[in-house]
Amino acid sequence: MNFNSGDTAWILVASAMVLLMTPGLAFFYGGMVRGKNVLGMLAQNFVVMGIVSVLWITGVYSLAFSGTGKFIGDFHQFGLNHIWQQATGFEALTIPPLVFCAFQLMFAIITPALITGASADRLKFGAWALFTGIWLVLVYAPVAHWVFSPSGWLFQLGAEDFAGGTVVHANAGAAALALILVIGKRRGWPKERMRPHNVPFVLLGAGLLWFGWFGFNAGSALSANTLSAFAFVNTNTAAGAALLGWIVVERLRDGHATTLGAASGAVAGLVAITPACGFVSPMGAIAIGFIAGVVCCFAVGLKNKFGFDDALDVVGVHLVGGVLGALLIGFFGTKMTNGANGLFYGGGWTLMGKQAVAVGAVVAYSFIATYIIAKVLDLLIGLRVTEEQEVAGLDLSQHAETAYETASFNDGSRFSITSSGN
Amino acid sequence: MKLITAIIKPFKLDDVKNALQAFGITGMTVSEASGFGRQRGHTEVYRGAEYTVDLVPKVRLEVLVDSAEAEKVIDVIVKAATTGSIGDGKVWSTPVDNVVRVRTGERGTDAI
Repeated sequence: MNFNSGDTAWILVASAMVLLMTPGLAFFYGGMVRGKNVLGMLAQNFVVMGIVSVLWITGVYSLAFSGTGKFIGDFHQFGLNHIWQQATGFEALTIPPLVFCAFQLMFAIITPALITGASADRLKFGAWALFTGIWLVLVYAPVAHWVFSPSGWLFQLGAEDFAGGTVVHANAGAAALALILVIGKRRGWPKERMRPHNVPFVLLGAGLLWFGWFGFNAGSALSANTLSAFAFVNTNTAAGAALLGWIVVERLRDGHATTLGAASGAVAGLVAITPACGFVSPMGAIAIGFIAGVVCCFAVGLKNKFGFDDALDVVGVHLVGGVLGALLIGFFGTKMTNGANGLFYGGGWTLMGKQAVAVGAVVAYSFIATYIIAKVLDLLIGLRVTEEQEVAGLDLSQHAETAYETASFNDGSRFSITSSGN
Repeated sequence: MKLITAIIKPFKLDDVKNALQAFGITGMTVSEASGFGRQRGHTEVYRGAEYTVDLVPKVRLEVLVDSAEAEKVIDVIVKAATTGSIGDGKVWSTPVDNVVRVRTGERGTDAI
């Protein structure tokens, strides 16, 4: 095999950058929860790094990328056997298969980690760890195979997903919705408002995510060339446009542009450009980013309307943003960058149709499979902490630790903060 | 002897402290406090959802004085702490039976 050391070096670096996104996400989420649950949030994210790292090498990589099945891989590369062989359909890659495996591992880590934002403050730590492992095998592996593997049915259909808008974001978002419907609301929600305890953490996390996302998206070119440069520039452009879109809505609707809004907008833009970054022009990225910023800013209000306690807006940002980005490729996709032409470039509705099928299939499968997994686990071992543990906070009840000397004024306790509508 | 307790806006602490020192007060205790009065709290917005925060940050300042000086000291604090807007705080005095300076064992007004 003919490896290119430039490509290989870039994908190794990109892999490390994508890994950093998960601690970044942990801080992004950790700042938004109450002071008594911040370690619980960090722990749920870190344990995913442990579980997925081991399972991926053991067999999940093989299930996702080996073999010629339309719906799932095989056991050919179980335990990284035959890892000197490229994954099926990736024979032209100029990086060693083991580098590809490492890069894809980081995606498999952050995807279940994204779910923790929705179910924040109320999951048993052990139950979450078990859920992560089962979900990785039963949901992530098949969905990654459908979309990313050239033998997968959605890949063969011609649906475009450059870096995981469907596999990572729509998938995690749909799973998050299913999980919270099984476990129910946090005690006191929505009457008792649960204020973010450390907005600077949120901004720090968003910054780490934005940085790591260059590895995520530009790395998905699996080479260091013009295509990865397009993905890089589109990623940054969309994040910027979405940040602006979100805070403009806030300024006009609520009177103030907020720091939390700026961070949320940037992440919404990064989510939406993820599937599109290697298929659209930078001008298209401005449009996709701005639309995502505005739409997601409104979408985070849906939970109040429909009464599902998506604590940190995983549905509003990742499901809505991921679906939006995947569908907008149908409008903004252009051969000038890569892939097929969308509606605005004379490609008609063909690409949009394929995108819609991919989005529909991934969201439906992820939602249904996750709902079943969560329901069964809840019946067998119970997913939620007890009321007493929930009131005490996950830090103390799940980990016998506390993050701060005094968290009493930070925890959004019922006597200090009340709701005044929305 | 009296204990004067003042709850004031945090940004007024320096003004009050300087005014008291200028008046001749030689010691005080300051602590961070939170609470509400007629001002109630304030509103914060996170991702479009409004939160009313009832307990707002204040500074609690305590001074021990001779009874004869108590009214004057209260006037000094009130004058320095006033902004004229809602939430300026309160000042009150309470009688004190005894005071002991730990280092020397002095008692009563000598210990102030």
